[in-house]
Formats: sequence, C-alpha cells, structure tokens
Amino acid sequence: MTEPVLSTHGLHKAFGALAATQDVSIDLRPGEIHAVIGPNGAGKTTLIAQICGTLAPDRGEVRLLGRDVTRLPPAARARMGLARTFQISALAMEDTVLQNALLGALGKAGRPWQFFGAALGRADLRGRAEAALDRVGLWDVAAVRAAELSHGQRRQLEVAVALTLGPRAFVMDEPMAGLGAEGSHRLTALLDGLRAEAPILLVEHDMDAVFALADRISVLDGGRLIATGSVAEIRADKAVRAAYLGDAA
Amino acid sequence: MSRETLFNAAILALLVAVPGWALAAGEPFTITLATRAVIFALAAVGLNIALGLGGLVSLGHAVYFGIGGYAMGILAWHAQSHTPLIDGWLTLPGTKSMPVIWLVAIAASALAALLIGLLSLRTSGVYFIMITLAFGQMVYFFAISWPAYGGEDGLPIYVRNGFPGLNTLVPIQFYGICLALLCAVLALNAALARSPFGLALNAARQSPQRVECVGLDPVRLKLVALVISGAITGLAGALFADLNRFVSPVMFSWQMSGEIMVFIIIGGVGRLFGPVAGAGLYVLLEHLLGGVSEYWQIFLGGLLLIVVLFARGGLAGLIAGRRVAHD
Repeated sequence: MTEPVLSTHGLHKAFGALAATQDVSIDLRPGEIHAVIGPNGAGKTTLIAQICGTLAPDRGEVRLLGRDVTRLPPAARARMGLARTFQISALAMEDTVLQNALLGALGKAGRPWQFFGAALGRADLRGRAEAALDRVGLWDVAAVRAAELSHGQRRQLEVAVALTLGPRAFVMDEPMAGLGAEGSHRLTALLDGLRAEAPILLVEHDMDAVFALADRISVLDGGRLIATGSVAEIRADKAVRAAYLGDAA
Repeated sequence: MSRETLFNAAILALLVAVPGWALAAGEPFTITLATRAVIFALAAVGLNIALGLGGLVSLGHAVYFGIGGYAMGILAWHAQSHTPLIDGWLTLPGTKSMPVIWLVAIAASALAALLIGLLSLRTSGVYFIMITLAFGQMVYFFAISWPAYGGEDGLPIYVRNGFPGLNTLVPIQFYGICLALLCAVLALNAALARSPFGLALNAARQSPQRVECVGLDPVRLKLVALVISGAITGLAGALFADLNRFVSPVMFSWQMSGEIMVFIIIGGVGRLFGPVAGAGLYVLLEHLLGGVSEYWQIFLGGLLLIVVLFARGGLAGLIAGRRVAHD
C-alpha cells in the first residue's frame, strides 16, 4: 500500500466532559476522495480543525507527507501543501474574485514582504490566480467583489484559492452546504476532476455528492470513527444505518 | 477619473492654494494653521495604515506621536544647552538638524511600535484597544514623572531646528517641508495598498483564517503594518514639536490618541486622503469655533455623531462615494 498523504493516529480532543474526538485514526491516500460523514455534533468540524492546526489535540498525532505536523501552526501546514476550504466561506469579501485568488498565489510564492509594485501587475502571481479561476469557471467574474457573488460562486472561489496553492492534499468542510441542485452538480463535477491532482478529505452532508464522489467513506458518531470502507460497504453497514443513514441508503 | 481621484486632487489643490493665498495676502497665522493641519494629517495617515489597511484599532498612537516629539525635544535641548546627549565611552552631542531628528524619531517610534505590537497583537478586538490605551497611559505617566526633560512642564526649544538650504523660521518654508513629507507618505501609503504586502494585509483584516490557510502569518503582517504606522506618526510628532517649539507629556495623552483617530473617522477610514480631509476640517473647526467658545469640542462631538450615524465613510465616503476595489 502506498504511504498516505495525510493521516491521524489516535486523535483525542475533549471540551470539558464532552469528548468531541475519541481515538480517531483516519488516512487519506493518493488519488482518492475520502468522505467523512456523520450526524450533527459527531465531531467532524473538530476533526478538521485538528487536521488543519487551528485546534490542538489532547492526544494523538497528525501526519502530513510522512511528517509529524501535530505541533505546526496552520500556516506552516498550508505551506507544506494542505489546502482547506471552509464551511462558512472565509473569503476577503471586500476584495475582488481575482484579488482573493491572488492571495493564494502570493501565499504559494511565500513572499508577502514586497512593499512596492502592484500585486495585480505581478505576472507570475496573476497567471497562477487566473488559471485557478478559469478552472473553477469564475473567469468571467474575476473583477466582481467576493461579497457580490452567489453562494455557489463563493464555494467555487474557495476551491479556486485552494487550487492556487498547488496543494498536496485538500481538506474540504461541507463544500456543498447551501447549494441548490445545479450548483452541487457543478461542484461535484469539479471535485471529481481534482482527485487526480491531490486527494480530498471531504466532510459532507450531501449524500448524493458523497456517493457520487467518494472512493472511501468514514463515519463519525459521537466523536468516534464507527466505520471506514468503500461506498458499498458503508451502505451495507448496520451500525452506520442505525447511526446516520437511516432510509436514505 | 474616478470621483475619489477628483476628491484627492481637490484636497491637494487646497493644500497648495490656501497657504499660497495666505502668503500673498500676508496672513502668516493661516500658514501656521495649515501647517498644523498637515502635521495632524501626517499623524493620521500613519494611523490609517494600521487602522484602515490592517484593521488595528490602536488607541495608543499618541505614544509614537510623543516619542517623535521627545526625539526632537531631547536632541534639540542638548544642542541648545550645549550638553552632550550621551557622555560615556562614546560622546554624542544633540542636534538641531531636522533630517537627523526625523531619522531618530522614525527609528525610536518604529522600535516602540515593534515592542508594543509584539505584546498587544496577541489579543484582538476590544482587548487590543485596551492594551494599546494602557501602553499610552504608561508612557504618559512616565513622561510626567521623568524630571530630566522637564517632567510635567515639558521642554521649550527656543529656535526651530534647521533644514539644509532652507530657512525654517519662515512659516511658508516650514509648511513646504511638512507638505512634501505628507505627499511622500501618501505616495508610500498608496504604493503599500496596491503591493503584495497590502493585498495580504488587507485580507488579514477581513479574514485572518483565510490568510493562515494560504500559508501566511496574519499576526506578522499586522505587526509590520503597526511598525510602519508608528514610524509615520512618530515623524509627525517631531514636526509637531518643531511647529510649537515645545514638547510636553500632553503629546502622549490618550486625548491625543483619540484626536488622531477622530481625524480618520471624520475623513474616512481606509481612504487615502480621508485622514487629510479629517485633519483639515478639525483644524478649521478648532479655529472657527474655538473663537466662539472654549468648549468648541461639543460641536466636534456632534459632528462625529453625525458622521458615525449617517456618513460611515466619512467625508471621503460622502463626497467620493463607496470605496472601489483598486487595480
């Protein structure tokens, strides 16, 4: 088996008496989309926060590209190639679509200490940003402010910013949330093509999208990982049906 | 040309025309008032880099303004009293040279901003405001109780400091120096806002999470912004002391910090010429209403209320419209 790109080992996090993450070991292999599902309050967002570094685990380890990154801050993990998209869009809303994408390109270049010369005049950054916008289909709204985008377009922009980082792994927190049928079809098609570039850890509620995209699915419930397996295995799993899927599967 | 460009050009034109008229009409006091406005504007442009670009509500910018003032006061006092500034293994004299004083003012206030920023940027929101205010008060009371340089009474400097090739005692020449510095700093501000650093800082204000997730450190970006901001306000402090030929702990007071912020709010937060418009209007009101009542700031308070309630973009927002994304 190939070495996983991203993995957690025995991750544990408690808030007072509430164990939000209990002994979670999960891995993301090259070329796959690994979906993480679970009911509200199952600990999905807490898990993502620990993987991306905004929350420190009480115990356990996070490994990225074979390296222990448990104590690295979020920015350092991002520089190593971990690209995150947010459940609630965290874009610079007053800035244009192009400026948001440029920020990603600037982060990738890793040299923000340039005080002169227009950022928009930098051909290297701009090329990278425009290529990412083109890929997600936001090219024609590049000059629009992020605040004026539709909800679905903001999701696409989140993905575009992640793309500018040239990531080694994506972590996406409910990218389909709040999207209509059309928007979620479009985003599903986009994500489908991304796995060849870098594997995606996909936390998602939209089961249609999960079943359409996932190579493997992990199920969280009450902070514990109750099952991991292929789509067919998870659909057939009794514990999972009881905890979450109900009749949907 | 956008409305904002016109607004900026109109302010620049006023900054040239008003003193020009005063010179022709033989009204030196008007030139002094204009100098005061330009120096306040410079201090506020400094704060606007932290506040407008970086979103840092610093209620302690009087620290940098006062450090600039005392840099001038201490250097010039040693020069006029013919006592060495430092007398140990190395003997350093004071100086009456403006460029040297400016460099010392800039370096000292930048260093202070670095130290204050390292501590205060660990917090945000209202805690950041309170910590910057607390630093301001600490420095203020230190200045009051430090007897070496006049303590509460301050330091009078008898003759304005010199600038090579100019006679700074002529009001219009000193005004020219201040205006040139203001223009240089405005150009720097405009360049910063468009630069890669400005892009990252602007995003760090709006969404620190986003900046982290592209691998940049929002706190370091803000720290650098605060250092640049403090340095500029420090330079303004040196000029202010030179204008008055006097420096006292009042320059460190929290009212001073508040005034610098009021200039920006009246003029337009984050707008290039907002602080200039705000400082100009403030000095104008101070002059016109100050003659009516010594409690003229009641009217200023009313104006501030109106701006905050009905014209959030300040004068710049009112006249030039909403901020457009620059390219």
